[in-house]
Amino acid sequence: MNKPVVATASLAGCFGCHMSLLDIDERLVELIDLVEFNKSPIDDIKKFTKDVDIGLIEGGCCNTENVEVLKEFRKKCKTLISLGECAIMGGLPALRNDITVSECLAEAYLDGPTTVNEHRILPNDEELPIILNKVYPCHEVVKMDYFLPGCPPSADLIWEALVALITGEEKEIPYALIKYD
Amino acid sequence: MTQHELKIICEKNHFDRHSLMDILHEIHDHQGFTTEEDIRILSENLKISEIDLRQTISFYHFFACSSRGKYTIYLNNSAISNLKGREEIEKVFIEEGGCVKNGVSPDGLIGLYETPCIGMSDQEPAALINGRIFTNLTAFRAKELLHNMKKGLPLEDMYTTVYGDGRNAHPEMKSIVRNNIRRVGPLLRPSEKMQVLKNQVSQMSPEQVLEQVKLAELRGRGGAGFPTGLKWQFCRMAEGKKKYVFCNADEGEPGTFKDRVLLTEKPEDIIEGMIIAGYAIGAQEGVLYLRYEYKYMKNYLEYIIQTLREEGFLGKNPAGIKGFSFDMRIQLGAGSYVCGEESALIESTEGKRGEPRSRPPFPVEKGYLGYPTVVNNVETFCAAVKIVQFGGDWYNSLGTDESKGTKLVSVSGDCRYPGIYELEWGFTMRDVLEMVGAKETRAVQMGGPSGELVNKHQFDRILCYSDLATGGSIMIFDRRRNVIEDVVVNFMEFFINESCGSCVPCRNIPKLLKEKLDKILSGKGTSQDLADMERWGAMMKINRCGLGHTAAHPILSSLKNFRSHYERKLRKHTDFISDVDLLEASKEAAEYTNREPVI
Repeated sequence: MNKPVVATASLAGCFGCHMSLLDIDERLVELIDLVEFNKSPIDDIKKFTKDVDIGLIEGGCCNTENVEVLKEFRKKCKTLISLGECAIMGGLPALRNDITVSECLAEAYLDGPTTVNEHRILPNDEELPIILNKVYPCHEVVKMDYFLPGCPPSADLIWEALVALITGEEKEIPYALIKYD
Repeated sequence: MTQHELKIICEKNHFDRHSLMDILHEIHDHQGFTTEEDIRILSENLKISEIDLRQTISFYHFFACSSRGKYTIYLNNSAISNLKGREEIEKVFIEEGGCVKNGVSPDGLIGLYETPCIGMSDQEPAALINGRIFTNLTAFRAKELLHNMKKGLPLEDMYTTVYGDGRNAHPEMKSIVRNNIRRVGPLLRPSEKMQVLKNQVSQMSPEQVLEQVKLAELRGRGGAGFPTGLKWQFCRMAEGKKKYVFCNADEGEPGTFKDRVLLTEKPEDIIEGMIIAGYAIGAQEGVLYLRYEYKYMKNYLEYIIQTLREEGFLGKNPAGIKGFSFDMRIQLGAGSYVCGEESALIESTEGKRGEPRSRPPFPVEKGYLGYPTVVNNVETFCAAVKIVQFGGDWYNSLGTDESKGTKLVSVSGDCRYPGIYELEWGFTMRDVLEMVGAKETRAVQMGGPSGELVNKHQFDRILCYSDLATGGSIMIFDRRRNVIEDVVVNFMEFFINESCGSCVPCRNIPKLLKEKLDKILSGKGTSQDLADMERWGAMMKINRCGLGHTAAHPILSSLKNFRSHYERKLRKHTDFISDVDLLEASKEAAEYTNREPVI
């Protein structure tokens, strides 16, 4: 039987959730036995080479590229998971949601106290993604199947959830793993 | 206000930060709002940080940090007000009066603000203008009012009807509010004041009083239905140098106005009930927390209290009862639904934001200023008086097996006879609808927005704690009304505005649910959205207080009882539609950086 295929991406996140995935320590070896990784920063595969069983998404959507990547993941992945606070709720990046994007850009590139920008140039190369008016949680852009809460979700939570998905056995996740106060 | 004037106010209140509500009220009575300078001076005098003052002022609807006009109109925006024509009134104020919604007219004369239910659901549309109630507004009346305001008339000269019935016309009240009492029972029947205190209580020990209340199996009439006898017993047993009796007259549940009528017609009974509670638990002091919307009754109630004091029913040895003294005062609220929650009400009386406390400890152990405190609803005190008068056995014989006694219900909405009905528990919804002259009823909101939205197949359900419980609100919507647009949306907006913001789910989930509603109403809803609403709504149970627990009820209960109304609006053959418009979302940044937005 072919091994299930996993892909991951970090959108508007800090890579903390990916770090947490690595934090499963020696179980990484076990994981590699269980699954095959496709597009993911973990193996540095940049493009999907096949259809994928499980997609893990860290971070919400703050720019057009995030939306594009997320939509592609939705197309390729049978099961798509919001991994962590930013993917689920927007997280820290969403703190800007009450401020207009022009104000944010002005503060970052023109008027910030530590900004030196003599020609008052805003980043506008067409290669750059365009910033969205708000940071959107993933489930508002595409259908997400599961949500793993935490900032970041603990390694154990990620592990338990992955194993449950791979083995197809429903697992009771201990309360301590999803309690955050 | 000058530094000197403010200092005098603070001095009068013993520089006590717990009197902040009274201090702010005095400033607002004087000039309508608190200035930055006032805040600075208050901060020095009361030893409260400026930020603390600001967060307290901004918490309450009727406190302001800038002028709200010489005349300030608070137009009720409840669902009932809407179906009685609020929009038309608002339009007149805006278009003909030059008013700005939730702001002041450019000439500074008239402020127009929205406010949730002001307890006049039987005579909507209604507005609060400079603390006075104006009911049954029409477009014509709105024009007249505008005209009078421009002439600078005093409020009393703007009345065009005689004073309301009963004691609404009392010289200390002079209001045009009508009682609309449609059916009376033991609580509303005429009674002689303080007879129970004189004739019965004076012959009984506190334990005997408590015994009767327990025998009656009286449950709290505010909505939660906690056994009153047990509450009093807990407080009686609690250790404390002092104890307090609080009367919760912060009747904020939209659609409820029974306390308004009791406060108007039966203030002596309420006070007698508070004295009896004080006697039973060993308290010497009482506070009646009056919602700001009922400020028009404050002078009247104070007059009643003073009269009773002079007649020897308040103060030392009320009605000659030896070894017992009890006195009370009124605490005026400043506009906040959540202050009807007992611990929030205590916080507010202590001069703070009305945020519910974490419990335990419960108020009966540590309440006002840390002393054991009993907080009961207005109606509960009235019922307690009758229980002592006629005996717990008698009261226990009324009602159903597990809901004893009578209940005052406030009926409003699409019916011929809106008003107050005193009913024994056990009537069916159908009985009530017939009694109030409701025709072609589509939905009944039982117990206000925090209660249940009942459909027509459920009209045989029974009014009692174990089936259709209510703190008193019954809102009727007939077949002309849309359940989602006219009812659910309004209730969700209410909960979003009234959350104190302390618990995360209560602060966020109602907002998210409202966005889902908007999505469904805009035709982009799918079955996934309904599933999300149900799952997210279930999280509300982890909030701290009753408001938080029930803030998703309008959606959860309408999803249960009116599911087809949602399903009709859903997109078929897909389980997901994104509400994010990428073109719209990327437009602003694209324009700002001189680029083409993404299509």
